[in-house]
Amino acid sequence: MNIDMQTYLIYLLVMAGVTLFLRAVPFILLRKKLKSVFWSSFLAYVPYTVLSAMTVPAIFFATDSRLTGAGALLAAVVASLFGGGLVTVAAVSCLTVLGVDGLMLL
Amino acid sequence: MSYLKGLKDGSPIGLGYFAVSFSFGIAGSKIFSWPLVTLISMTNLTSAGQFAGLQIMADAAGTFIEMALATFFINLRYSLMAISLSQKVSPDFGTVKRLLLATGITDEIFAVAMSQKRVTPIYFLGLSTLPYIGWSLGTLVGAICGEILPAMVTNALGVALYGMFVAIVVPQMKVHGPTVFAVVIAVALSCAFKFFPPLSGVSVGFAIIICALVASFFAAWLFPMQNVNADDEVAK
Repeated sequence: MNIDMQTYLIYLLVMAGVTLFLRAVPFILLRKKLKSVFWSSFLAYVPYTVLSAMTVPAIFFATDSRLTGAGALLAAVVASLFGGGLVTVAAVSCLTVLGVDGLMLL
Repeated sequence: MSYLKGLKDGSPIGLGYFAVSFSFGIAGSKIFSWPLVTLISMTNLTSAGQFAGLQIMADAAGTFIEMALATFFINLRYSLMAISLSQKVSPDFGTVKRLLLATGITDEIFAVAMSQKRVTPIYFLGLSTLPYIGWSLGTLVGAICGEILPAMVTNALGVALYGMFVAIVVPQMKVHGPTVFAVVIAVALSCAFKFFPPLSGVSVGFAIIICALVASFFAAWLFPMQNVNADDEVAK
């Protein structure tokens, strides 16, 4: 653990507090729908852009070698292009890492 | 509209969450002990938001402001869902109940709730129960496995969360061309923040915020989604 307990708790409080605020305040106060096409589109794109920015290039550094990370990404993309669900795709990428690691041990 | 119907409708979400949060637990175990990782899941119930949060906590250059901003932008879509949901709930869904049950507003629970005619507090509580348990328990099991499994196995399991992210993004790219555009910009920027010297000094959290905001902004500007509303924009 690279941060102390107090720092962890403040981080946790900030993260949980902001998240609850975003969910509870509009749920309690707002009754109107968002009319702006631009802002609804913007928010609709956010999950995909966040997830892709977090995945690439981080996945290359998630394992001990760049090669296994790249293999895992490639395998995950191919598996989901073929219609694999969340768990299938995750399993395929994990197995790819194990397989490539295993090959390198030989 | 009973608690039991909610439990039943929520059970597949709970199973799915167990798998995703197991991967989160594995990822978290590299930074924190298992009780601390589990506490993050129990107080947040978000996937992308928590993972970004974990990265900010792990980053020596991370700050509280950065945590607040990253959480805000990544989870802003829940506000949109909360607004839509507030129009579907039954009249007995009072302020206190809304405050207590708001944590259940996730992409998947929201999608199921919106498919109901009317959402009562007891049904929404039932619907959120198993996903909450699945999410917390999955994190707990993942974090403990991360501590006890051999390095080669956790090394492999470490990519599971990324695999799931790919499994969320790629199907949308397949059916919606502009999402490909948005993802390409986000990935290009994200690589620039990692590899391009003047930008690589920017901390992880801010890099994610900037990538996501710039890519979403241009995509929404050039390719607005005509019939998008909070009912069908969710990433299922």
